[in-house]
Amino acid sequence: MNHAASWSFHEEDARRISGRLETFLVEAAARTAILVDRTGQTLATVGEPPTFDPVAFASLTAADFSANDQLARLLGEEEFGALFHQGERESLYLADVARRVILVVLFDTRTTVGLVKLRVRPVVRELTDIFQQMFEREDTHRPQVDAGFVGEASDEIDKLFGR
Amino acid sequence: MSLINYASREINCKLVYYGPGLGGKTTNLEYIYEKVAPASKGKMISLATETERTLFFDFLPVDLGSIRGFKTRFHLYTVPGQVYYNASRKLILKGVDGVVFVGDSQIERMEANIESMQNLYDNMVQHGYDLTRLPFVIQYNKRDLPNAAPVAELQQNLNPGWPVEDPARQRQTVDPDRPGEFLIEQVDGVWMERVPYFEGVAVRGDGVFDTLRAISKLVLKSLG
Repeated sequence: MNHAASWSFHEEDARRISGRLETFLVEAAARTAILVDRTGQTLATVGEPPTFDPVAFASLTAADFSANDQLARLLGEEEFGALFHQGERESLYLADVARRVILVVLFDTRTTVGLVKLRVRPVVRELTDIFQQMFEREDTHRPQVDAGFVGEASDEIDKLFGR
Repeated sequence: MSLINYASREINCKLVYYGPGLGGKTTNLEYIYEKVAPASKGKMISLATETERTLFFDFLPVDLGSIRGFKTRFHLYTVPGQVYYNASRKLILKGVDGVVFVGDSQIERMEANIESMQNLYDNMVQHGYDLTRLPFVIQYNKRDLPNAAPVAELQQNLNPGWPVEDPARQRQTVDPDRPGEFLIEQVDGVWMERVPYFEGVAVRGDGVFDTLRAISKLVLKSLG
């Protein structure tokens, strides 16, 4: 099987990242920070728990960022490193991390996009280093599930999808 | 497998339904959405045009529940089938764990099927993925129509097989869903492998869950 892009996210990774993002949220007066990988899966959520469907949100975020990446290339840019979506009350700031992860910052009228942008830059640099280390780790240790997992999951598939 | 999240104890697998425009990819997802128990499915999202043609993708998360302490979920995506949406189609393949090709059985759509299959191979290569080594199944949809091409003809055009180079895999392998047919067999002295295929009438659900079950199991096997 093709496992070139496989990697895993561990509790110690989550702790390191959450700690840094919590500080950032206070500094930027933002509500929530969500890390989504480019395939549309949520890695971590820090701050106020979102009230929306997090799975749908992650999938749309990845699609949004990927589409904008292609737009950047059409313009001759390598990428748009960040995106900003402004709402009347709620806004989003999305930043690329190590080309494989997206940091999404949710904020409202208690702060400004200027402050969020200012505070997010060093966080993105630090997260990029952390994720680079994670991806390099996977080059030597491919993540695998334990032996009984496949059998049990297969039974669940039969139950859920009929047979 | 793109990601195992040990922190949140989650495994998410990405399945992509690919194929020519109006072939039934969205219909497959709609049927799954309609039939899967409410507790096991998330919100279905369709980024479509006003005439309900898929513009970017449809998305449906399906939950298998907790398995050995891991919340296991399949993310089902469709791509836009129309030729000129290739840029967005390619994006959806990023991080794919398994592919379902939904072919349109109508004889008039043979060229469109072949073109879409070629496009799938090309887009996978551009992502650095090898389709011959990834979970992959085919569904021949619209089998109920009078102008449906014979399955043998569809197989010949869309699933002719590729040579098996690994000596360990060069052995006759029965297709578990089709007694008497083989997924790996010798053809003119060469070991060839074909992918599993299913006949479907997606509007009434025929073959929809057979296809989903097959691709899901292949993806899970690839994790072990």
